[in-house]
Amino acid sequence: MKKKNCLTMLCLIVLIGLLTSCSKKEQSSNASEEKAATANAPAAPATPIDPNTVASISGTVKFDGAAPKPAKIDMSQDPACKGTNQAENIVVSDGDLANVFVYVKDGLGNRGFDVPKDPVVIDQQGCKYHPHVLGVMTGQNLEIKNDDQTTHNIHPTPKDNREWNESQPPSAAPIEKSFAREEVMLPVKCNQHPWMKMYINVIKNPFYAVTDKNGKYEIKGLPPGTYTIAFVQEKLGEQTQQVTLAPKDSKTIDQTFKAGAAAGSM
Amino acid sequence: MSLPVGDLQRSPRQVDLRSLAMPYNRGLHRFAVFTASVTFLLLVAGALVTSNDAGLSVPDWPTTFGSIYKIPHMVGGVKFEHGHRMLAELVGLLTIILALWTWRAEPRRWMRYLGLGALAAVVIQGVLGGITVLFYLPPAISTAHAAVAQTFFCIAVSIALFTGHRWVEEQPRVEFDFTRPRLVTLTLLSIVVLYVQLILGAMFRHHGLGWWPHVANSVIVALVLTWTGVRAISVYSNIRAVKKAAVILLGLLVCQLCLGFMAFATRVAWGHDAAQPELPMVISTVAHVAVGALLLATAVVLAIQVWRHVPVAFEERVAGTQGKPVAA
Repeated sequence: MKKKNCLTMLCLIVLIGLLTSCSKKEQSSNASEEKAATANAPAAPATPIDPNTVASISGTVKFDGAAPKPAKIDMSQDPACKGTNQAENIVVSDGDLANVFVYVKDGLGNRGFDVPKDPVVIDQQGCKYHPHVLGVMTGQNLEIKNDDQTTHNIHPTPKDNREWNESQPPSAAPIEKSFAREEVMLPVKCNQHPWMKMYINVIKNPFYAVTDKNGKYEIKGLPPGTYTIAFVQEKLGEQTQQVTLAPKDSKTIDQTFKAGAAAGSM
Repeated sequence: MSLPVGDLQRSPRQVDLRSLAMPYNRGLHRFAVFTASVTFLLLVAGALVTSNDAGLSVPDWPTTFGSIYKIPHMVGGVKFEHGHRMLAELVGLLTIILALWTWRAEPRRWMRYLGLGALAAVVIQGVLGGITVLFYLPPAISTAHAAVAQTFFCIAVSIALFTGHRWVEEQPRVEFDFTRPRLVTLTLLSIVVLYVQLILGAMFRHHGLGWWPHVANSVIVALVLTWTGVRAISVYSNIRAVKKAAVILLGLLVCQLCLGFMAFATRVAWGHDAAQPELPMVISTVAHVAVGALLLATAVVLAIQVWRHVPVAFEERVAGTQGKPVAA
């Protein structure tokens, strides 16, 4: 009977081992598949844009109503997280709304665009993500740095891209990643410091911007045409405007989000 | 109708009950109680992981940051996640010892198999915990992890009960049940509705379902448990083991409903948009999980005590056979 017990235990241990190795293999094979898919995907050839006709849009995004008071964040559970911190879900200063992702949602047709070779940088500093909202093109590299004296983990929770979760100790080499598919307001969190949240916006064209603390944005280099411009805020949702740009046009497009607006389209 | 077993000269149960006579193993019983107590702490530790959103703060499994034995810097979410893992390893070890000890020391064959069942449950639970980490907390797996956790806790409590002094050495006071529905049916129904409630609650906590199914089912749970508890106390108050379990069941039910209200308020009503897990939410939700586990275990204990002390009357077993004798 003792032999039987030992055999059962051994079988269970082997089963757990196999399960673990299988899942690890699956993850790594998924990762390599996605990398290969990103690298080998026949990128649509970049359509030349005449630099002499390009137009631009700029403007200010406003918040209409009483701005919510940002919640104070308690970082005492990790002594390495120093300084003050507050929630960045709705950042309003004198009615100007920061961290709104503005991009050309429609109107570019089947144009292809070169993916920038320079990576977009995310910095973890003071147990916060810098920036809180960013844009990146599909296939463009993201470089994630840790400038804190504590271990973070970076955990995007996408709907249309592959999920991953990696730890990054202090002074570790930057982590390089990219996303293969378009996805707006892709949440990223740190499970070690649950207040750390940010959003990555992955789109196929280079025509995007994020509003600064004064609610301002600017998108340059647009070919003439009629476009749908989308304004996306993590809590307030998406709003759109149509704009027609003539050659060398420079138009101002402002947008206003109302307090209490539901994020219906998110 | 209540009478000690010694008086049941012609009862077919008499032989069964005498066959239970065996020496009480104090060491095994105390070890079983200790294992069940540590398991309860493990449930609390697991609830802390979920409430603090720390489930993936250690991204690998079965290693922790690549190591089998090194203890990581216990800050942030890591202290919850790795603390839970260390406690789980302890419970795993205790369960192996308990299963081996039961196998060697227990004269009751079914107890030996119960020990093995506990071991199987703890292994399944460990694997589910690992899978949920490796696959980024899929709601179905995380819910299964929560459900098997409380199933294992109930098994551990049952082993502690079956190895106890009263169970092993005392002659049970028996009173036949002629009421409808049978008390044993009510106790089993209580376990079923509590288990459904556990799954609905876990699905909500792990983002697989909204809050309303759990809240709606709480009305059914409250009604069924109140019915069971009140019936047990009002009809069988002279059977101490049944009355005690029923009183505890009703007390825990009241406590659990209050905690459920607090958890709803702090998490759904006020805390749905919180920037981080807030202390009132963490305390109320963890307490709600812990008392829920105690409630389920109490319902199991009550069912066992009812099965032992309030057997279904013999007439019930021949019902429908028009008086023809059947094997009981």
